[in-house]
Amino acid sequence: MFSGYSMSELGAIFAMQGFAGLILFSVFVLMALGLAIIFGQMGVINMAHGEFMILGAYVTYMVSHVFQTWLPGLFGLYFFVAMILAFIAAGLLGMAVEWAMIRHLYKRPLDTLLATWGLSLILQQIYRSVFGAREVGVTIPDWMMGSLPLTDLIEIPINGIFVMVLTVAISAAVYVMMFRSRWGQQVRAINQNRVMAGAVGIDTERTDRLTFGIGCGVAGVAGAAFTMIGSTGPTSGQLYIVDTFLVVVFGGAASLLGTIASAFTISQAQSIMEFFLSGSMAKVLTLLAVVGILMLRPQGLFALKLRK
Amino acid sequence: MKKQRLFELDEALGFALLAAVIFVLFPAILDDFRLNLFGKYLTYAFVAVGLVLCWGAGGILSLGQGVFFGLGGYCMAMFLKLEASTPENTAIQSTPGIPDFMDWNQITALPIWWQPFHSLGFTILAILAVPAIFAFILGTAMFRRRVGGVYFAIITQAVAAIMTILVIGQQGYTGGVNGITDLRTLLGWDIRPDSAKVTLYFVNGILLFACLFVAQAVRKSKAGRILIAMRTAEDRVRFSGYDVASFKVFVFCLGAAFASIGGAMFTLQVGFMSPTLVGIVPSIEMVIFCAVGGRMSLLGAVYGALLVNWAKTTFSESFPELWLLGLGGLFIAVVMAFPNGLAGLYQDFVRPHLGFLHRERARAPAADQSPAE
Repeated sequence: MFSGYSMSELGAIFAMQGFAGLILFSVFVLMALGLAIIFGQMGVINMAHGEFMILGAYVTYMVSHVFQTWLPGLFGLYFFVAMILAFIAAGLLGMAVEWAMIRHLYKRPLDTLLATWGLSLILQQIYRSVFGAREVGVTIPDWMMGSLPLTDLIEIPINGIFVMVLTVAISAAVYVMMFRSRWGQQVRAINQNRVMAGAVGIDTERTDRLTFGIGCGVAGVAGAAFTMIGSTGPTSGQLYIVDTFLVVVFGGAASLLGTIASAFTISQAQSIMEFFLSGSMAKVLTLLAVVGILMLRPQGLFALKLRK
Repeated sequence: MKKQRLFELDEALGFALLAAVIFVLFPAILDDFRLNLFGKYLTYAFVAVGLVLCWGAGGILSLGQGVFFGLGGYCMAMFLKLEASTPENTAIQSTPGIPDFMDWNQITALPIWWQPFHSLGFTILAILAVPAIFAFILGTAMFRRRVGGVYFAIITQAVAAIMTILVIGQQGYTGGVNGITDLRTLLGWDIRPDSAKVTLYFVNGILLFACLFVAQAVRKSKAGRILIAMRTAEDRVRFSGYDVASFKVFVFCLGAAFASIGGAMFTLQVGFMSPTLVGIVPSIEMVIFCAVGGRMSLLGAVYGALLVNWAKTTFSESFPELWLLGLGGLFIAVVMAFPNGLAGLYQDFVRPHLGFLHRERARAPAADQSPAE
């Protein structure tokens, strides 16, 4: 397996694959954060999560066009505007969905799964009608192009670094929201004991709606970040949904740290194996390992010690 | 506990009506092409019937039924492909006598796990046993650790993803994304002409009824009662001394075997098997067949599979854009507005007018109620 490569080449390979893994890790974390809020804290399975993400990507796509046409001078900054708009758009849609659908189904998690799958089909078709079936890409601002040469053999693309920095920032923001804000406290209280939380005066319905909205909003931001490293099509979201759920379940559904740790493990394993095996076999082996571990340890890597 | 009769009067009539629809009505009004199409829809009904047992009765939602459908379909396809790949038929290949896609992928000898599929007996055994064993392993691992509900759904969905990636990735052994195509004969009997397709339609119908009878017997047995009790209050059943996991594993294996038979019949009637029928999307669509029919009703599942697939063919022929919207709407509607599907509508609106069919039941309605939570 390793014959034919010199030591330094091997080192470079691991570094490059490791870096590719870090980008994949960022992607997983970005997608999984929103899901960890919705699934981990509320126990709602949102199969349309990928479509909320894609909504963020399409918002970014539109914003980039607006800037190109009317504000070419500020083009370098469009991404930050797009990110905020993506959060708002996905968040509002999320709250609307919660109000119309999810809140009636809290007691029937399996039915939520089917209903949100239906929602994802509808959203996909809407994207296809509005933006066309072909994948669209955005023009990346100049400062994000190119790559940093680290050594002769190792080069690091700047947009990859940007996405990673963004991931760290969003993770930190989610952490602060969950563990330092009043809303986060209420969400965690409801997760531990809904009835009691209601009894001490927390408006559980409002908090649920807000939580779902924020989870979807984070997905929208993730979608915006995606446009920096890949193109967007109507069905792009569906490709990631299984991976994302596995990441969240593998990490232990209620644990934010677990989600990040499992995203790291899965993405690194996959991208390093990808170099030595075909891409599909790497994926199969990774998924098999995750499913196998989940069978032995269904509560995931980091289980919250909680009496249910 | 009084032993239940296998069929109440109205259930027997329902079975008879379905038999009339499948064996008399469809062959009478449909041309050969449409009949074959309906035969294809009925192969999905096998999966839906299995899901009624797993999901409706047992409360286990599997989003990986496509895997079992695919396993059965691929077993049958492997047998038919080997029969079609005689050295005479494949003389132009660099290695005659192996399936064409293997030759295209520079494989020079038949892989060892393909060898037993030369025998029809082994193939039929494999169609029943492979998915059941697979379901047994999966189910035992999960249910013994008391994994259920949404976790089980997610993991079965991941299994469906794995299966698709594996089949597509291992092109030389599985035919890749094209699947296994160009199937010709079954023990020398040509399966391609219309007359053969009509015969296969009837075989398919008979097998479906065999599965329905097995499912009905399971539902009316003690195991069926325990499954329903489990769905309502799993802990109570466990504390009463029943081994909850075994019942779940049993019903999951049975559902897998049904799906596999459906897959094998699909291959026979349609003439190919491909990974597009195995993955996440078809697996979850199979759940909607069951949900539309009514997740508690065996017969409903058959009608649900027929109706949804018929709608799919009709709409995607004429308005391809509308179909996804319609299907998405159907998922939402069936969950929000009609959680019991067609069978529920029948129960609420039709059955009250047919009082003479179930007079006996009306005398003792209290016995039928499950205890409140």
